[in-house]
This record gives sequence, C-alpha cells and structure tokens, in this order.
Amino acid sequence: MNKLMLATATTALMTGAAWAQDPITEVKIGIELGFTGPLESIVPAMAAGAELAIAEVNTAGTLLGGATVTTARADSTCTDAGAASAAAEGLVTGEMVDAIMGADCSGVTSAILQNVARPNGIVMISPSATSPALSDAEDDGLFFRTAPSDARQGVVMTDVLMDREITNVALTYTNNDYGKGLADAFQAAFEAAGGTVTISAAHEDGKGDYSSEVAALAAAGGDVLVVAGYTDQGGKGIIQNALDTGAFDTFVLPDGMVGQQLVDDIGEGLTGSFGQFPGTDSAGAETFQAMATEAGFDGTGAFAGESYDAAALIMLAMEAAGSNESAVFKDHVMDVANAPGTEIFPGELAKAIELLKAGEDIDYVGATAVELIGNGESAGNYREIEIRDGAIETVGYR
Amino acid sequence: MEFLNGLVFLTNFVVVPALAYGAQLAIGALGVTLVYAILRFSNFAHGDTMAFGTAVTIKVTALLVALGITLGPLPTALLALPVGIAATMLLVLGTDWLVYKFYRVQRAKPVILVIVSLGVMFVLNGVTRVFIGVGDIQFADGARFVLTVQQFKDATGLDEGLAIRTTQAITLVTAAVTVAALFWFLNRTRTGKSMRAFSDNEDLALLSGIDPNRVVRVTWLIVAALATIAGVLYGLDKSFKAFTYFQLLLPIFAAAIVGGIGNPVGAIAGGFLIAFAEVTVTYPLKKVLTYWLPDSMAPDGLVQLLSGDYKFAVSFMILLIVLLFRPTGLFKGQSI
Repeated sequence: MNKLMLATATTALMTGAAWAQDPITEVKIGIELGFTGPLESIVPAMAAGAELAIAEVNTAGTLLGGATVTTARADSTCTDAGAASAAAEGLVTGEMVDAIMGADCSGVTSAILQNVARPNGIVMISPSATSPALSDAEDDGLFFRTAPSDARQGVVMTDVLMDREITNVALTYTNNDYGKGLADAFQAAFEAAGGTVTISAAHEDGKGDYSSEVAALAAAGGDVLVVAGYTDQGGKGIIQNALDTGAFDTFVLPDGMVGQQLVDDIGEGLTGSFGQFPGTDSAGAETFQAMATEAGFDGTGAFAGESYDAAALIMLAMEAAGSNESAVFKDHVMDVANAPGTEIFPGELAKAIELLKAGEDIDYVGATAVELIGNGESAGNYREIEIRDGAIETVGYR
Repeated sequence: MEFLNGLVFLTNFVVVPALAYGAQLAIGALGVTLVYAILRFSNFAHGDTMAFGTAVTIKVTALLVALGITLGPLPTALLALPVGIAATMLLVLGTDWLVYKFYRVQRAKPVILVIVSLGVMFVLNGVTRVFIGVGDIQFADGARFVLTVQQFKDATGLDEGLAIRTTQAITLVTAAVTVAALFWFLNRTRTGKSMRAFSDNEDLALLSGIDPNRVVRVTWLIVAALATIAGVLYGLDKSFKAFTYFQLLLPIFAAAIVGGIGNPVGAIAGGFLIAFAEVTVTYPLKKVLTYWLPDSMAPDGLVQLLSGDYKFAVSFMILLIVLLFRPTGLFKGQSI
C-alpha cells in the first residue's frame, strides 16, 4: 500500500514537472504603500492607480491564458523600516504574492528590497522611490522603479536655475532619504555649475511649526529658496512661513512640491515660483487622467500614474515570460518597458497582452512615458513649470 | 538704524513666532499637567484629544461659513470653538466612563494608566481620521495679517520688515484669557480649591468630604476645553493635519516636565522655554551680527551653534538637564 502511494505521488510529481505549463488561475500582486504616516494623503490615489491597471487586465481576462489578478494591500508607513519589512514579509509568506508594487518612500523601499524581496526572490517595482542610493543597490535584478532617480532631477533643477541666471540659493529638504538624496544631488550639480548654496538645512515633516527653520534660512540668505519637501507637509509650512515673514518671495519646487493644492492653499504669494516634476507631453498622461476621473480618483495626484505603470509592467512582464514566477519574469520587465515594439498607452493593456501572446514586441509607454535605463529606473522626463495667476503652467520639457 | 534693523530682524524671525508657538505649547502642557496632578497619570492621548476637538471645530466652522455666518476680520473658528469644546467634553467624559474609571476604581498603578492612555491615543487617532480625513486642512479665514512686512517697512523706513499674523495675535490674547480664567478658577472657586486639595493629598481630601467623582469630572471638562483651545489655536496659526497633532505630543510633554509636571505655572513657563529654545539654539546669527557689528568684523560663516537637524535634540537636552539637576522641574512640580 505504502509503495503504491509512493508511486502515485512520484508520478504526480513527475507529471507536474512535465506539465510546468499548468494553467495559472491566479496571480497575486502585493500593493505596499504608506497608507498611514507622512504620505497618507497621496497614497490612496497611488493605490487606486495600481488597482485601476489590475482591474483593466481582469476585465480583459486574458492574462496568462485566463488568470485572475488579485491584490493584497500592506502598509509601508513610509518611515518605519521594521514595520514595512514585516508587512512585506506578511505579503510574501502569508498572502503568497507573486510580486510587490511598492514601496513608496525611498527608505522603506530599500529596507524591503534587502530584507524581503531579495531573500525571497520577489520582484518589486516602486512607483515613487527616487533616492539616488537605490540606483546602485544590490538587487539581484529584482528591483525596478517607474520614478526617475533624483540625481537626474538635481541636474535638471540646476539647468532651470542657471537658465534664469540665479546663482545664489538657500536650500531646505525634508529629513528623509528622498529629501537628503535630492538635496545632495542638487547641491553637487549646482556648485559644479558655479552656483552657491548658502545653507542646506533639513526640516522634519508633520510638525506644523517651522519658524526656527525659516529663521535659519532667512539668516543665511539667498535669491530664491529651494524646497525639497512635500506639498502637504513641511514644504508647505516652510513656504507659508517664509512668505509671512518676508524671508523669501520666490521658491523653487521639485517634484514633491508641485501640486495644485499647494497653489490653492498659499495663493497669491506663490506667483513667480517655478520648478519641475516628472512629466511628459506624451498622450498617455491625459488618457490616464480621464480613466482615473472615470474610476473616481484624482489622476493628477503625485505618483498615481507611476503606480498604474508599475502594476501594468508587472503584469505585462509576466505575460511576456508566460509565468508568474519572479525569477522568470524579472528578465522581461526591461523588454516590455522599452523599444522596440508597439507603443502601449493606458487603457491598452488588453491589446498589449494580445500582442505578447502573438509573440510580438511591445514598448510600454503608459501614463508617464516609461523608459527604463540603468538597473531598471525611469530615465526621467521633466516638465518645467511656473506658477502664474494661481495655476501651474508648463513652461517646457527637459 | 543698523541696530534697529537687526533688532527687527530678530523680532520677526525669533521673538514673534516663538511667542505664539510657546503660547500654544503652554495651553497644551496645562492640560497634560492637570491630568497628571489630579488623575495621576501622563495622558498620551492628549495630542489626539486636541486633534479631535479641532476636527469638530473645523466641521462647525465649515457649516457656519456655508450659512454665511462669519466673524469679519476674525476667524470664524472662534465662533465654532464652544461647539468643539462641548463635543470634546462629551468625548473625554465618555472615555473616562468607559476606560479610565475601571482602572481608577481598582486603584491601578500610574504606569498602567499611562499604557491605557496609549491605547486610547491609538483609538482616538483612528476616530479623528475617520471623522475628518488625513489631509491637510486650512480653516483660518478673515484678515490674515495685523501687520505685514510691507506695511511695517513703509511706516518705519527700515530695511527689515516685521509681520504679525492675526492668528498669532489671537493666540496670545486667547492664551492670556484662558490662563487667567484657569488660575482664577483654581485659586478662587470652591471647586478649584477642592481640585487642588485632591491633587495635594487624595486621602485627606476624601476625608474632608470632597466628592472624588466630581473632581475627576470637572478636571476632564477643563482638560477638554484646554485641549480644544490649544488645538484650534495651533491649527489656525499653521494648518490642521491629524498626523501633526500626534507629533505635537513630544514638545508638549517636554514643556510640562521641564516646568514641573503637575504645576500649572510650570507648564506655561515650560511651553515658552521649549519654544524659545527650539528657535534660538539653532538660529544662525550671521545676518543679525552683520547689522550689529562694524563691517570689518562681519562674519563670513553662518554663526550657528547647532544645525537645524538637532532641533529635537535641543528640547530633549533641556529635558535631561532639568531632570538630572531638578527632578521636580523648574517650578516645584511632582517628582516623576
């Protein structure tokens, strides 16, 4: 009897091995973002962006020959590396996810990559981690991001300032991996171009009172104030306080600081301030916003488009590889993201799956004109903006 | 003229903001200190009580504005404040009845109550977020400035300007009125005296016929009022965000402990001390010294004692030093 069972089991195992192409019925994607913590106000739109892409694929129902994509959400907290790693561990070992869309903040993203994704061999695509440090992080080919590194943004911001002949600036940054990374990248690029940074001072988010930070910045002086922070956090507090006290009247706004809410909140005082954020004149962005509005969330929200793209890339790479195994499809992420191939815009995921099935190449453009370079990070297209009459106006693209 | 410019610069960036911030911390610290003196535990839920009171006030403000009722140059929130206070009073009395009373009857150790308040904090945290959301809300309306930089420059002819926001002025006035009313209540009324007696020696107070339940109830009512006032003033002056109030707990506790926890005068002094310390110790003197010193001696560097990164460290250094040398705080509070 025992022998019979053993034989049956062996046969079953062997058949399993021979028929590795067993139809995959379920694909699970973990969405790990900072649902609580400093980014809790922009994360809902990001999660909605990712889930929009997943819903689109499910409606088509053709992924990997008819698999359903399910999701599991987890909280990255944005700040607590321990909690973020534990949550990711839960996704991988508890929810058995095939890939992770996330995380959001650079610090926790790096922690999850090293503590969970690499040991378990799980692909993760971050929509918003922009710290330059992640470019050379050990990742076993598992980590990608649809957001550009801030090293690139530092250079773009320097160009913007130099074109306006501003060479003397004060700099404040939010005290985390994102802020510090961007501030250092910018300072290096700006000083190399012959500019002077009078002071580079950190500020903490989530405080409300920024009088002492502004006092320090005002004492150091400068023609403009570069604020590498967040629109609904310290960045806004600093700008409001600097305007009220007359410390600065023009501000340079990098990606985390560009948002209509900021312009509405601050009002007249922000007129003449300028900056840049990832963006393209590609048609994908508008299509995505229309889709988002229809789905009932704000598609202009920071990193909502990148989140859609991150989730879409995971699924398309799976389709290209014909497998939901991270070890297999990780090598296909770059292929589907870049040329050659048919360009894929938001809302065309079903078409992309069909093309991949037919063995054709695709070039995923998506909501944010994704082009992955280096170790798998977005090349970075930036939209230069200026605040005029209470609106964010595009000056050009860099 | 040079001297005046320097002085105005210093006032604009250090004195005025620190005064307003200090007043907000002081009212917050008063609430913490009262709970400590009478209920004998550190109430970690205080920051979120502030957030809740402010959230209710914001909703009522929005309603009033929608109905077309405003206060002209003053923020409408002042009109909504009593409703916010009333709602917070109901909340803390409910929490006390539901949670703290159980432990008080058991005469639980203070440390247990501290942990219980931590639990209450997390619950309130969630309640406030469900009620009003996680986003940043600006609810100050009316005139923004009492004095703008430009007006000051035009009036005085100085190079440097001085700005005073309406909310800063309101903060100081409200704080003065609140503190005066509180001290009058504690020192002059029968209930206030019974609270102080209860705080000094619970058993003696009970023997002399003071109703402990009444004292506890009145304390919570006052704490709710103080928390809401502090929260609304802070929110008016900056902006409302649930997360910020949670963070505010640290400086508030620092203020209460430095001043001497359980001592109302200490809470006020502590509030201003922490606020001024945060602003001054990390302040670069470059520009002021450039005004004040002869040109030949003008500094090149920032002349900054500590970079802004160490701001939190400053509050805690003061806290540590005070606790090491005067464990009861600057004004004689209870030893902890």
